[in-house]
Amino acid sequence: MLTKLHGKTVIQLILGFIFGLFFGLFLQKGGVTKYDVIIGQLLLKDFTVLKVMISAMLTGMIGIYAMKAFGWVKLHPKPGSAGMSILGGLMFGAGFATLGYCPGTMAGALGNGYLDAVAGIAGMLIGAGIFAALFPGIRRSILSKGDFGDITLPRLFRVNEWWVIIPLGVLCVLLLKWIESRGL
Amino acid sequence: MDWLLEARWSPYIAGIGIGVLSWFTFLLSNKPIGCSTAFARTSGMIEKIFRGKKVSLKPYYQQFKPVVDWEWMLVLGIIPGAFISAVLSGDFRWQWIPGRWAVAFGTVLWIRLLVALTGGILLGFGSRWAGGCTSGHGISGTLQLTLGSWVAAVCFFIGGIAAAFLIYNVIG
Repeated sequence: MLTKLHGKTVIQLILGFIFGLFFGLFLQKGGVTKYDVIIGQLLLKDFTVLKVMISAMLTGMIGIYAMKAFGWVKLHPKPGSAGMSILGGLMFGAGFATLGYCPGTMAGALGNGYLDAVAGIAGMLIGAGIFAALFPGIRRSILSKGDFGDITLPRLFRVNEWWVIIPLGVLCVLLLKWIESRGL
Repeated sequence: MDWLLEARWSPYIAGIGIGVLSWFTFLLSNKPIGCSTAFARTSGMIEKIFRGKKVSLKPYYQQFKPVVDWEWMLVLGIIPGAFISAVLSGDFRWQWIPGRWAVAFGTVLWIRLLVALTGGILLGFGSRWAGGCTSGHGISGTLQLTLGSWVAAVCFFIGGIAAAFLIYNVIG
């Protein structure tokens, strides 16, 4: 659906910007453009970040899988591997705690007036550049180790998508209720 | 329109907003929300200024061309989006050193900036290693039920919690 719209380069760039405005609005209103909120999450004192992420994930998941059932949207699962996802994920996490912002929230932090995000952005550009330089050397030796491809959980378990979505939804709601009951 | 002026929303409302936003990015742009690739492209664009066209020949930049694309515009849009939101909330202010940092480590500016720069380097390197960040894997990947994104998102938090405890409880 709407493939004509998807192919219009300039309109897509404008749409990207408009989506970004809304993303910035939600991040700021949710409180996650703040270092104190993010570091509070990683110190397990303030669960705002997880609440925002889980409710975004649940809402997105139900809507997108429903629209997929009508043939309105296509999925875009990213490839992963043990070498990529575990090692990269842990390094990302270390950076997340050291900086106190992630790539999206540091753009939001800058919009909020938090100037330490400028050092974060400079670091992010340097880190991405170093990775691009090392990429040819680690592509085969590390990144492709333990490849999972772009498999999704329903395909992995060989079940209908809704057999994953519904139990996962229930689990997430229970987890959030438990977090709330602890006053976090 | 009073809700636009509220200082904070419930994190659940903000999260649902991001979820609904992702319906529209899939529907109207055929793309999931993501952020870190835009930084990799920018890094390539900057390198091109200094080292010329040959930068585009690097295998990584063949895969992720150093050009302005949809996601780049999305990340750019976050800045004014958060700015407008912060102003409407009465929450905008210039701040160099965050509160929790100041309490634990004091208000020496260069220390905070050096640590933030180091964190940024790790974040840039780690996000490209993992192929995504808290948006691309943590929200868009998990909502599509991608195995690699779930593994990455869990590792973001394992690494993040371990590092935060190390920084605040061992060093600080």
